[in-house]
Amino acid sequence: MTRTAPALDIDAILDDPDTRIIVCCGSGGVGKTTTAAALGLRAAERGRSVVVLTVDPARRLAQAMGLTELDNTPRRVDGADGGGEAGGELHAMMLDMKRTFDEIIEAHADPERAEQILTNPFYQSLSSSFSGTQEYMAMEKLGQLRRSNEWDLIVVDTPPSRSALDFLDAPERLGRFLDGRLIRILTAPAKAGGRSAFKLLNAGFGVVAGILTKVIGAQVLRDIQLFVTALDAVFGGFRQRAEQTYRLLQAPGTAFLVVAAPERDAMREASYFVERLAEERMPLAGLVVNRVHRSPAPSLSAARSSAAAEDLEARGEHELTAAVLRLHAGRMQLAAREQRQREHFTSAHPTVPIAQVPAMPEDVHDLAGLRQIGQLLAS
Amino acid sequence: MSQPTSRRGGGGETRDTDWDGVRLHVVSGKGGTGKTTVAAALALALAAGGRKVLLVEVEGRQGIAQAFDLPPLPYEERKIAVAPGGGDVYALAIDPEEAMLEYLEMFYGIRRVGKALTRIGVVDFATTIAPGLRDVLVTGKTSEAVRRRDKLGRRVYDAVVMDAPPTGRISRFLNVTQEVAGLARVGPIKNHADLVRGVLASPETAVHFVTLLEEMPVQETLDGVAELRETGLPVGGVFVNMVRPALLPARALKAAAEGRFDAAEIALGLKAAGLADASAGASAIAEALAEEVAEHALRAELEKRERAELEEAGTPRYDLPLLPDGADLAGLYELADALRAQGAV
Repeated sequence: MTRTAPALDIDAILDDPDTRIIVCCGSGGVGKTTTAAALGLRAAERGRSVVVLTVDPARRLAQAMGLTELDNTPRRVDGADGGGEAGGELHAMMLDMKRTFDEIIEAHADPERAEQILTNPFYQSLSSSFSGTQEYMAMEKLGQLRRSNEWDLIVVDTPPSRSALDFLDAPERLGRFLDGRLIRILTAPAKAGGRSAFKLLNAGFGVVAGILTKVIGAQVLRDIQLFVTALDAVFGGFRQRAEQTYRLLQAPGTAFLVVAAPERDAMREASYFVERLAEERMPLAGLVVNRVHRSPAPSLSAARSSAAAEDLEARGEHELTAAVLRLHAGRMQLAAREQRQREHFTSAHPTVPIAQVPAMPEDVHDLAGLRQIGQLLAS
Repeated sequence: MSQPTSRRGGGGETRDTDWDGVRLHVVSGKGGTGKTTVAAALALALAAGGRKVLLVEVEGRQGIAQAFDLPPLPYEERKIAVAPGGGDVYALAIDPEEAMLEYLEMFYGIRRVGKALTRIGVVDFATTIAPGLRDVLVTGKTSEAVRRRDKLGRRVYDAVVMDAPPTGRISRFLNVTQEVAGLARVGPIKNHADLVRGVLASPETAVHFVTLLEEMPVQETLDGVAELRETGLPVGGVFVNMVRPALLPARALKAAAEGRFDAAEIALGLKAAGLADASAGASAIAEALAEEVAEHALRAELEKRERAELEEAGTPRYDLPLLPDGADLAGLYELADALRAQGAV
């Protein structure tokens, strides 16, 4: 039996003034950023004041939105107000992860301590490396944008993580990190007034300290201790904010859209994500399936099409028609396979509404293209 | 069209392949391009004819297990497939924590204490505070497998294939010395990173890119190749995945792209094939099919442009066919055959 998923009403979400945050999540390469940009544009043209926060847009998509530099500041996108009648506006920004991190440090530490942190090699590695930090900083930026209250809708595109789940794990990982026993050991010297931490602890930790020195080297251990000690004062506020943002995501004004392509791996990742959102009590609005293949001639089945092509080929007639029929058969097979993927998803998650966007022959590189995607999302 | 632009290697063996002498194949690619599938097919192709190959994954996604339709893989090298002609593919899902314990045991003989370190969160700490350390651990474990010899001094694996992080992260991931340089100028971490770098930057390593004939993956591939060259790491081949067969003659495609495709001719063909009896029915279907052809033609033009862009990379290129039933186990063998037929391995 084939289940049919409920339709996802995109315009109802965009038009609802209570919708304040839309989070687009999903695995890499499924068109998350394009979906986020198209939603932002459509919302702006329907009268809302929108900011789209993107993490790592493709060059031409960034250009389409007028983003020429990564400057961590929302920029107004021209020509995205729906002709001025609806009165909306669109802003877009690219996340600069290192700058966002630097700003947090500067805001939470006195100038001397901030300087100590910003020049520490461990800080520089942490703040400019890709894994993990991007998720924390995307969350931080989202929190900042929301608190500024300058926009009535924020559309976020999540980082291209190893796993789509990393985004949700960021606050918890940060918490675990800060509560870790190792951090307490490493920060102990400062708390004990400069005496060696390890003398205060039992012999087991003494051994650990010895091993650490042996394995990572005395200089590195000293750098880590200095860094962690300097950060310690800053962390409290940092963590509190991560938790605030996490709660913000659970609030009713947030809508999560899981984005996928109709392929096995992407749909599997989408399933995991839907389950995970439910566990975390995050408000899921629905699933967007991009790049869906359809045929303008759906009544001609793959089987009949292939058989007819074979027949024509055997007779040596109508070569072009035979080739077109082969092409059509391939398209119908692909469409059928994609539909099976969606049905698998819907069997497991029958209540999750779905919006589908047909595959485009070409990539999107201007506002007109984004507008078209927006229309397809809403139809 | 898929002929490699350059060939190298080729000493003494019966088959002259492009990557003779390479023992570590690192496979990267943008998300959604089928990087894991291609890595799996490459491992099968390399093992063909009685060789022993290790396929490793480094991101904890259990993608290899999914590709071979197996339960999740532990941190243990185990045989997962037999290649055509009797070679073996082993797999290993590298877990940084386990790799660290192993490292401590191997170099310091202190596994038990290592466990204590894990308990108090050293690995969590290392991955959070300095993700570079995590990368050194997993690339370190991989290069250990590349170098490993048995009691008789023979290599344990003929080749190692790594399902690596995506294109956007690959240079940073592999450039381990740079990653830890700021953290440790001297000491054991630096020494270990230097050792790993020695393997990664040697002619025994090739970093391959998987792409689709689409704008974003092609752009990322070109950026990735350029970045890798800048860091002095060995660029391998470009694997164009999910290539569709050219069904229509170039002339018909050109006409369709320009909106001059002749639907009437198709209508006649449909009638000849008995797919539509009434003329009206035939021409309605023919019009719909013509629309499909026009879309296909636009797509084909874009693919041609993207292929031309890929030329810029100046690396050997291989085509992997779109699998009509998706990348199932049979599909992996089909892709492995395609790689061998094109002389990749």
